[in-house]
Amino acid sequence: MDLYTIIFYIFAVITLGAACVVVFSRNIVRAAFALLFAFFGVAGIYVFLLADFIAITQLLIYVGGILVLILFGVMLTSHQIHVDTKTGTVQTLPAVMIVSALAGTIIGIFWSTDWNVSSQLKIMDKTAPQIGELLLTKYLLPFEIASVVLLVALIGAAMIARREKKPKD
Amino acid sequence: MQEFIIWLQHPGLTHFLILSGLLFSLGLFAILTRRNAIMVLMGIELVLNAANINFVAFSRYVTTTLDGHVVAVFVIILAAAEAAILLAIVLNIYQNFNTVNVDEINQLKD
Repeated sequence: MDLYTIIFYIFAVITLGAACVVVFSRNIVRAAFALLFAFFGVAGIYVFLLADFIAITQLLIYVGGILVLILFGVMLTSHQIHVDTKTGTVQTLPAVMIVSALAGTIIGIFWSTDWNVSSQLKIMDKTAPQIGELLLTKYLLPFEIASVVLLVALIGAAMIARREKKPKD
Repeated sequence: MQEFIIWLQHPGLTHFLILSGLLFSLGLFAILTRRNAIMVLMGIELVLNAANINFVAFSRYVTTTLDGHVVAVFVIILAAAEAAILLAIVLNIYQNFNTVNVDEINQLKD
């Protein structure tokens, strides 16, 4: 059991444990903060997969951006928390059955398939320049579309969230 | 049993895939059972993260190119846009209905 294995399992346990808190916690603020640790754990998993750029992006966008947005949402709609603590979940039994069947199927497929793992695993260092090159050559059209999507989302979110003025009579 | 312990001691592609499968299942469970719309959003984020782990893991172990990383970047971009739009919609719903429980919001117009 070398250090690599031990650290991998530590990150896996952090991710799955925090995700369990997110899913099963009754308190929505606690769930939001557990989501922080889940994102951190996933960033660690990316580092294990030699994806340094994706790991940093994960930290910047998920932990720095999306989590703050979610906390804003929680705080701005917060007086419902006390109602929610009584009836936090619905349809638990069918959901447990569906999700466990699906998880068993997925993990069985992952376990039994021969994944054709490449025999010569390259050491991928400095992924950021190569990702940038791919974005501006092979994936140029999706890149431009993504920029338009972000602009539309920005304007649309501001438009939708705007408080509507009451008409004067 | 001996084989299983040896398998556990050498993290490879299957370990990452099973981790992402478990994360996907937890996220799906949150989407299916939670009443609060923001909790549903958190479930969606978990599912997207699970998909991203899969992309990066296949990129590392099977194709050994960086195409999976680029797709992961696009997934993160779309997740950010989706979170912003969904929270704007949730705030608007909260102003109109005074609740964010998805099973109580059953009218298009009040």
